[in-house]
Amino acid sequence: MAKVLMKGNEAIGEAAIRAGCKNYFAYPITPQSEVAEYLAKRMPEVDGVFLQGESEVAVGYMIFGAAGAGERVMTTSSSPGISLMSEAISYIAAAQVPAVFVNIMRGGPGLGGILPSQGDYFQATKGGGHGDYRLLVFAPDGVQEAVEMTMKAFTLAEKYRGPVMILGDGLIGQMMEPVEFPDDLKTEPSNKDAWATNGMSTRKSDKRNLVRSLFLDPTELNNNNLALKAKYEQMKKEEVLYEGYNTDTDYSVLIASYGTMSRVCKTAIDMMKEEGIEVGLLRPKTLFPFPEEAIFTAATKESCKAVISIEMSMGQMVEDVERCVKGQRKVDFYGECGGDIPTPERIIEIIKGLL
Amino acid sequence: MGKTFSKPEVMSDNMTHYCPGCTHGIVHRLVAEAIDDLGIRERTVGIAPVGCAVLAYNYFNCDFQEAAHGRAPAMATGIKRVRPDLIVFTYQGDGDLASIGMGEIIHAANRGEKFTSIFINNAIYGMTGGQMAPTTMPGQRATTAPTGRDTDQTGMPIRMANLLKELVTPGYVTRQAVLNPKQINRTKKAIKKAFEYQVEGKCFSFVEVISTCPTNWGLTPLDSLKWAQDTLLPYYELGDYKVPE
Repeated sequence: MAKVLMKGNEAIGEAAIRAGCKNYFAYPITPQSEVAEYLAKRMPEVDGVFLQGESEVAVGYMIFGAAGAGERVMTTSSSPGISLMSEAISYIAAAQVPAVFVNIMRGGPGLGGILPSQGDYFQATKGGGHGDYRLLVFAPDGVQEAVEMTMKAFTLAEKYRGPVMILGDGLIGQMMEPVEFPDDLKTEPSNKDAWATNGMSTRKSDKRNLVRSLFLDPTELNNNNLALKAKYEQMKKEEVLYEGYNTDTDYSVLIASYGTMSRVCKTAIDMMKEEGIEVGLLRPKTLFPFPEEAIFTAATKESCKAVISIEMSMGQMVEDVERCVKGQRKVDFYGECGGDIPTPERIIEIIKGLL
Repeated sequence: MGKTFSKPEVMSDNMTHYCPGCTHGIVHRLVAEAIDDLGIRERTVGIAPVGCAVLAYNYFNCDFQEAAHGRAPAMATGIKRVRPDLIVFTYQGDGDLASIGMGEIIHAANRGEKFTSIFINNAIYGMTGGQMAPTTMPGQRATTAPTGRDTDQTGMPIRMANLLKELVTPGYVTRQAVLNPKQINRTKKAIKKAFEYQVEGKCFSFVEVISTCPTNWGLTPLDSLKWAQDTLLPYYELGDYKVPE
């Protein structure tokens, strides 16, 4: 298939359709409103459902309802909106229904700003909503990956019967890049008749289905949480994705970085290489499950003297990097989160300071 | 002689957890009869609220989803939009629908979502133990209004049917009660009509039902019926507020 030039937000919308998602509910918020605008036009063309909800709170439950009925469904939002949807995400995780959430992050806390940020790492990977649940979180570094990950998100949401998030900074949504769409996803959720409220007559069953998150009996609640935990452990075994860059050299510094920030780091690495300085990059493509072993292995390479997490935040992923390095190397941090993306020159300056 | 009385097919055999004298059981039964009468059980999805009816799914033998507090209309919207062939109803109390879920019900009604909301108005929070609701009457005592509702501080009780009537979008909005057999028969007709409008794909349908809460009102079941009749009905007038053309 030929490449097309598309804005990230629009490409994410198109990816959903090609993944067989015919249902989209959303509330406008900068910098991701183009997804809604694109799908408002596109969904009717494929006989799909587009609805602008009255708030992100309501949209979260429109998603929950549609997912509970066994239909493929997605919403997109940005940081403050995801805070409001986090209530529903917790319920969706507990009730074990598949749904895809896209967060095109802007700066926070509070209203923050509308420029790119990676300030929602904690929210995405450590909770957001209440209770013991995890989100499977993809972190694309550009429009091509945003498309591929969005399509894969539906498969994994259905495999694990739970919420999956695409976490991209504002630039991922706003920039235009050439993109090639993978083959359309043609599969259907294989076992939905066992759990979806899709109507007893639809599934030709005399057994009703119940989608719920209330378990008043302590044993029952514990068992539900154990079932969720088992899924998260399986994700850790089967779904970890990462990329190493310049890691086949005897690098003296290892950078951990993801999303747009990692691309700036790659440029800095190429520039330093010309000066004879080797720096490696470990880029998590899934933030949960986190590439724990890969980080440890890359950080403890003999040549590697220092590790640094570079983020468009005040230091969030760095806590996971530190955890994975297990005290074997010093872990530094550099980040900016006003909306300006650190330049390669600034990163080179920071790295040289570590040498 | 043939069988003259039987339980609706959509009702389960479970004992309810409702307090003695509570009218939830009556309304459950009326909803069940409507579903049976219309033969829609196998394509019906109920939405349970948070409140006394949080376990409503234990008493209905059809698909059910359980919403967060107040969010049932949003959840029903999600289901109905992606599966318009399903029959979807929410069953919500006054804390759920008229307080925390006010935004969701207004917007669902205003979009003309083709589902049915059954709204139990007993002027108090039941499940959490008798706190003040938006529907609590002036001067009515509640655990969070120990000297009675002070309308200077909390405003006047919200009349949901009156409020929804004002939306320009067509819909079926009615207020009924279950305090005596005559009212129960009228409520039965209203609930059935509400489901019929949905089956026809006509409009959003909303049935407010004035109910009792003897436990949290601190009254006997019989005194509760009388108190509701004397105190609630003059303020919450019964009847159809809006009927689609």
